[in-house]
Amino acid sequence: MIDFAIDALSWILLTLGGVCVLIGGIGALRLPNLYTRIHAASLTDTMATLLIFTGIMLQAGFTLASLKLLAIMVFLLLTGPTATYALANAALLSGLKPDAATITSKVTGGSNG
Amino acid sequence: MIIVFALFLLTLLVITALAIVRSENLFVSVMLLSIFSLLMAANFFILDAADVALTEAAVGAGVTTVIFLSALALTTEREKQQATAQHVALGSVCILAALIIYATFDKPRLGDPEAPVHQHVAPWYLEMTPEHIDIPNVVTAVLGSYRGYDTLGEVFVVFTACIGVLFILGVRPPEQSAKRTAESGGLRHHLIPQVVGRLLIPFIILFGLYVQFHGEYGPGGGFQAGAIIATGVILYALLEGEGAALAAIPRPVLLGLVVGGALLFGAVGIACMLMGGAFLDYSVLSADPVLGQQLGIIIIEAGVGMAVCGALLSIFHAFAARESQP
Repeated sequence: MIDFAIDALSWILLTLGGVCVLIGGIGALRLPNLYTRIHAASLTDTMATLLIFTGIMLQAGFTLASLKLLAIMVFLLLTGPTATYALANAALLSGLKPDAATITSKVTGGSNG
Repeated sequence: MIIVFALFLLTLLVITALAIVRSENLFVSVMLLSIFSLLMAANFFILDAADVALTEAAVGAGVTTVIFLSALALTTEREKQQATAQHVALGSVCILAALIIYATFDKPRLGDPEAPVHQHVAPWYLEMTPEHIDIPNVVTAVLGSYRGYDTLGEVFVVFTACIGVLFILGVRPPEQSAKRTAESGGLRHHLIPQVVGRLLIPFIILFGLYVQFHGEYGPGGGFQAGAIIATGVILYALLEGEGAALAAIPRPVLLGLVVGGALLFGAVGIACMLMGGAFLDYSVLSADPVLGQQLGIIIIEAGVGMAVCGALLSIFHAFAARESQP
């Protein structure tokens, strides 16, 4: 019974994490400019990291693998938001105005715009 | 299930490759190349080649991206337009691609145990490694001992590449360069990346050392460790400024690492000869042949790690020193 509960919980977390990544991906493609795209990608990414890694750790149980997963999760939780901050800050310093009305299709270099 | 994932990754790989070719903005190309390397690393990992995956992730996605960006800072971001000879190039690429695809029809199936590569010396390596060297990671045994000549050659390739880049870029630029290098502050005004970087760099270096000295038991070894440690130091250089990184590890030390690493590898080979064995036959290094093999592999892996780390950092600094010129 307890096994089933843990398994179910883990799968719920993994699915939610997947949904988060999907929403982030759609947001990064659909939103109008750089800052909103970063916003969409970063918040969902952090949430998905938490959900997915907790889900996998529940699958792994109390093992060495869980400890390694925890280390990777902490690493991603530290670096992800930092990278987002650095990206947004670099954009701001290079003169891109955080104005929600601007529609830039060139922020991605035009290769997929 | 894993085959579906592998196919997905390979499809992404093709899409990324096409995007790299089509993109005219070189900055975008560099970023896509980094993604390409990461996808490649994931592919290697699916094929159970964890050692190669580690190298690809650290060198391909990490160090080369930074070096490419440093090179881009010296040139322009836009690809030069050229209208000539495109049809010839396209034609030859198409013919080559068709030939390669035709050649794959004769390739054995993925993971086929009857494939020629699994019939030649590979079974012998797998069988004899516990007896000769007694370490769990056969890749390290093959790389360090059985095919030691090849690895020595690779280290000298790294050495030569480093010397070549230094000859082209390492010429000391006149006057103010040194001053400017000390001035260039990295991301000094970016507090958050700096704090997080300071937190992470010790762990990156520690992980590099773990990969270095755990290479006999798990995936890893000198090449991977050298690249990982180099990424740690490059991160430090990006955050604190190139001058700070050069103050931490000065140029002579870097050159010493490159030369010393290559020499250490060669010296182990000579030592083997002096002690009555063949070149790079580590069995004679100790009274117990198995212990001698392990000792030899640890020393040459250290040499490989030193050479790779020193070479990558020297190349990075050679580009970065040019960058800080007006």
